[in-house]
Amino acid sequence: MTAHTSMGLDNRKMAFWAFIGSECLLFGSLISTYLVYKGKSIVGPYPPEILNIPFTSVSTFDLLMSSLMMVLALAAVQRGDMKWGKIWLFSTALLGLVFLGGQVIEFTDFVHKGLTIGTNLFGCTFFVLTGTHGAHVTVGVLWLLTLWVRALQGKLGPANAMTVEITGLYWHFVDVVWIVIFTVVYLIQ
Amino acid sequence: MSEARGLTSWLTTTDHKRIGLLYFWTALAFFLIGGIEALFIRVQLAQPNGQVVSAETYNQLFTMHGTTMIFLALMPLGASFFNYMVPLQIGARDVAFPRLNAFSYWVFLFGGLLLNASWFVGPLFHAGMLNVAPDGGWFGYANLTERQYSPGPNIDFWVLGLQILGISSLAAGFNFIVTILNMRAPGMKMMRLPAFTWMTLVTQFLIITAFPVITVGLAFLMFDRFFGTHFYVREAGATPILWQHLFWLFGHPEVYILILPAMGVVSDVLPTFSRKPLFGYPVVVYSGILIGLMSWGVWSHHMFAVGLGPIADSVFAATTMLIAVPTGVKIFNWIATLWGGDIRGTTALHFAVGFIAMFIIGGLSGVTHASPPADLQQTDTYYVVAHIHYVFFGGTIFGLFAGVYYWWPKMTGRLLDETLGKVHFWLQFIGMNLAFFPMHLIGLLGMPRRVYTYAPELGVGTLNLVSTIGAFLIALSILIFLVNLWRSRTHGQPAPNDPWGGATLEWSVSSPPPVYNFSVIPTVTNRLPRWSTERHGPMRDPPAVPPEPIHVPGGSWWPMVAALGLPVLALAPLTQTLWVAFVGAALLIAGVYAWAFQPFEV
Amino acid sequence: MPRYRLWLLTVALWVAGCGGPFPQTTLEPRSDFGSVIDQLFTGIFWWAAGVFLVVETLLVITLIRFRHREGRPAPKPTHGHTLMEIAWTLAPAAILVFVAVPTVRTIFATAGEAPADALKVDVIGHQWWWEFRYRELGLVTANELHVPLGRAVQLSITSADVIHAFWAPPLGGKRDAIPGHVNRIAFRADRVGVYDGQCAEFCGASHANMRLRVVVDSDSGFGRWATVQLAGPAAPAAGTLAERGKAVFARSACIGCHTIQGVSPGVIGPNLTHVGSRATIASGLFPNDSAHLASWIADAPALKPGSLMTRMKPPLKDDDIAALVAYLASLK
Repeated sequence: MTAHTSMGLDNRKMAFWAFIGSECLLFGSLISTYLVYKGKSIVGPYPPEILNIPFTSVSTFDLLMSSLMMVLALAAVQRGDMKWGKIWLFSTALLGLVFLGGQVIEFTDFVHKGLTIGTNLFGCTFFVLTGTHGAHVTVGVLWLLTLWVRALQGKLGPANAMTVEITGLYWHFVDVVWIVIFTVVYLIQ
Repeated sequence: MSEARGLTSWLTTTDHKRIGLLYFWTALAFFLIGGIEALFIRVQLAQPNGQVVSAETYNQLFTMHGTTMIFLALMPLGASFFNYMVPLQIGARDVAFPRLNAFSYWVFLFGGLLLNASWFVGPLFHAGMLNVAPDGGWFGYANLTERQYSPGPNIDFWVLGLQILGISSLAAGFNFIVTILNMRAPGMKMMRLPAFTWMTLVTQFLIITAFPVITVGLAFLMFDRFFGTHFYVREAGATPILWQHLFWLFGHPEVYILILPAMGVVSDVLPTFSRKPLFGYPVVVYSGILIGLMSWGVWSHHMFAVGLGPIADSVFAATTMLIAVPTGVKIFNWIATLWGGDIRGTTALHFAVGFIAMFIIGGLSGVTHASPPADLQQTDTYYVVAHIHYVFFGGTIFGLFAGVYYWWPKMTGRLLDETLGKVHFWLQFIGMNLAFFPMHLIGLLGMPRRVYTYAPELGVGTLNLVSTIGAFLIALSILIFLVNLWRSRTHGQPAPNDPWGGATLEWSVSSPPPVYNFSVIPTVTNRLPRWSTERHGPMRDPPAVPPEPIHVPGGSWWPMVAALGLPVLALAPLTQTLWVAFVGAALLIAGVYAWAFQPFEV
Repeated sequence: MPRYRLWLLTVALWVAGCGGPFPQTTLEPRSDFGSVIDQLFTGIFWWAAGVFLVVETLLVITLIRFRHREGRPAPKPTHGHTLMEIAWTLAPAAILVFVAVPTVRTIFATAGEAPADALKVDVIGHQWWWEFRYRELGLVTANELHVPLGRAVQLSITSADVIHAFWAPPLGGKRDAIPGHVNRIAFRADRVGVYDGQCAEFCGASHANMRLRVVVDSDSGFGRWATVQLAGPAAPAAGTLAERGKAVFARSACIGCHTIQGVSPGVIGPNLTHVGSRATIASGLFPNDSAHLASWIADAPALKPGSLMTRMKPPLKDDDIAALVAYLASLK
């Protein structure tokens, strides 16, 4: 399908790099706002009282592992090994789902402890930042599951390696963004 | 291979030329709406204590005038030319993602309709007609735009409409970046791209980097208004200044998003009609890139009265003044292009030269408020209104009209009438100077902007009347323009491939071009392929009949279906109905999936 | 007055027909703050005018000289000229140095610093009126700012609701009034007089109606004014209409929003303790006479769209309002 291109890079891949550049600005703005408003809340709960670093570290590890699965999935599809391709694609999606589950548990816990999106500036910036990231993970999971179903139907093969590669780009990007968020929000308090 | 006809073929089109025309007509319609809003504003201000419209209506009028002109008229008029001309200029058969291109258009159309629907849907919100249009200014400063101070649905329309329009611009941005970088004909190196295509590329990079920032700013405002967050609420420890930073971080690149395409048009029109290559082509290109880069470092010059401190003010004053250097370089190169040429005074050339003449004034008044202390007297007065209209009207609109007169024959196969065109030009030129020049004085004499009325004691009644007369002259000139467009359908001379003797590839194909653009993809060997210079002769135009069959992709409904999901989604918060959100999401998701799995070979 | 301003004003006067006086002009500064800005602008204006003339002339000459003529040989295809590019990059940069240096100097000179003995006034923007609090003097007034001639004045500007901007053009530049943020401007007025100004940042329905006046008094005049303002409110004589008005005031919604020292504590609207001493009402919109006062009390939103002060008639009747007007007018 890939026709000749002037830069020798697949059109979709190039578009995706541009998209990722754009997304960097999006998350950059969200993270900057979080930093600008850090310590400006005038009522609690404040971050140290509420953030559960061990729990989120596990989530982070889970997401990192999902990136590894993604790498394996792409490698499998590229070499035409669709059996493992399916397994790794599904694992990636599954780990993404686990991460989302973790986020649901975390958010519920925060709400029970009195931190909602409207409680204070920490709540505003925290929920909008991590929520936006969670929405990205959700899109990624849907995307991965779609590829997995296509693979089950036998409609995904080495010819579609580029599609999987782009999915991987997205997934790794979302993962990297999480590393930044985890560092900025959880580790540096 | 013949072109499909009928309504369906337009609704499902993925042909960049048709999408370009759709953009053109839609943007023109919004331009007229924005112009009518401007006329109401000018009638109200024609004399002190004007009684034509109420304060509330006036605030909606100036908000919608600014929002409409920027997001619904000027940007999409530029997009119309990106769509139609960029693939032709780079020797491609279409853009990189034809269906994404259709999606951009439909999202733009639906977003624009949603914004403008606000004029008429007051009764649905237990208010009168003309009561719920956005009324917080095109800059929507928080905290005035918070629910506490703007309880009605007015600002909701604005926030949701702009979010939707942002998606359109972003999608188009990715599309054109890839198109320009990746779809060039063999031999069309980057430094052989026509200047218009180059400026389009810079513009797209600005769009994909600037729009995420306003998206975030608008999302915060949306959350504040609908979900009880406090991003701009002082009482919660936040500051409304955050909005200004986010808005102008987007807003200043946006200024260049609006002006760079016009600069590109001028850089293409001048060489054609002076029969000389663009003087200092690489310098013009690099200065365009430089302007784009620098536009990221000047946003706080919109905020000199905010009180950021003398050091920040000094830094932003310096960066702002620096941007005058690449801009000046462009102007000198344009004049040098004309110098020694054989200048044919076509209407397109009139508008291109009008651009230079007026943009100089806008640029120079810009330097006067790049100086923060001077700006403390000028900002938020009519002086700045004068400045932005010299830039956007004298600049962008003149540049885009140059493009219309230049490319209309290519787009429709008919020439516009040159006499009517020149009448249009001179009326518009005189009209705009009458309308906007007195505003410099009105501002210096102390009249703030965004006021629905002013006291007779201010002493600016006559100047305002003159300005209003100018506005009506502009309106008359636009009427003549419309007549010219209409007449050309039946009375316009049929256009040959190349009515002007242009150097670039779009002139090597028929007018309008066949659906596949090029019967044979041209191979480019230099920057002025259709001209002969001391270094080379002209290229041979592609044959009229393709030597072998060319596959033309069919249309698709799915981009429109997916696009329709967005305004439906926006209706959910507006009407506070959850199921509407599900319908919108379903449309969007169904559209995207059907689109992704639809067989579609480019 | 520099010559260019005479020229500008002449054009303005000519165009304006009746023309002038221009009470909000930025071109006739009446303070040190206004003057330094004006000098800076004058300098930049001349540079800009020079560049304008040179470039536009060049453009016109080019157009005339190289317009199409029959039989003109094909133009020489020049592509560029490095030296010229360098020249017209450096020339604007050099001019900008002449703009930037005085700019930075003036930025620091107008940063709002004032000597310790400056008269300090807190300026608070409200939708849609101005509150002025004289910290040292302990007095509060609205919409009409009195300052003494020749003495340094420092305004600390903020807002009670949305963003406004305090601007009295003859006395200098504007600064935004931002909730939760204080901006300072400092000036020394150099001529006695009454100067008009108004809010310069769009702040909602009645942004256009948020005007203000700055009264520059002689030193002794300012002292007399301050003495009057510091005194308690005038007590209406028994049996007068004004006394009835006081009673109406005390039993009406007025007290919820307005302060009259010793009578009511409201802080949402302007302090009315000495409202009779002000020349205008409704934030500089109308002269302070009984007719305007009466129609203002009866239906403020009709005169000032969006006004937070609601219609008072009903519940008040015409004779109540007449009494109120008499009372307020007596509060000199």
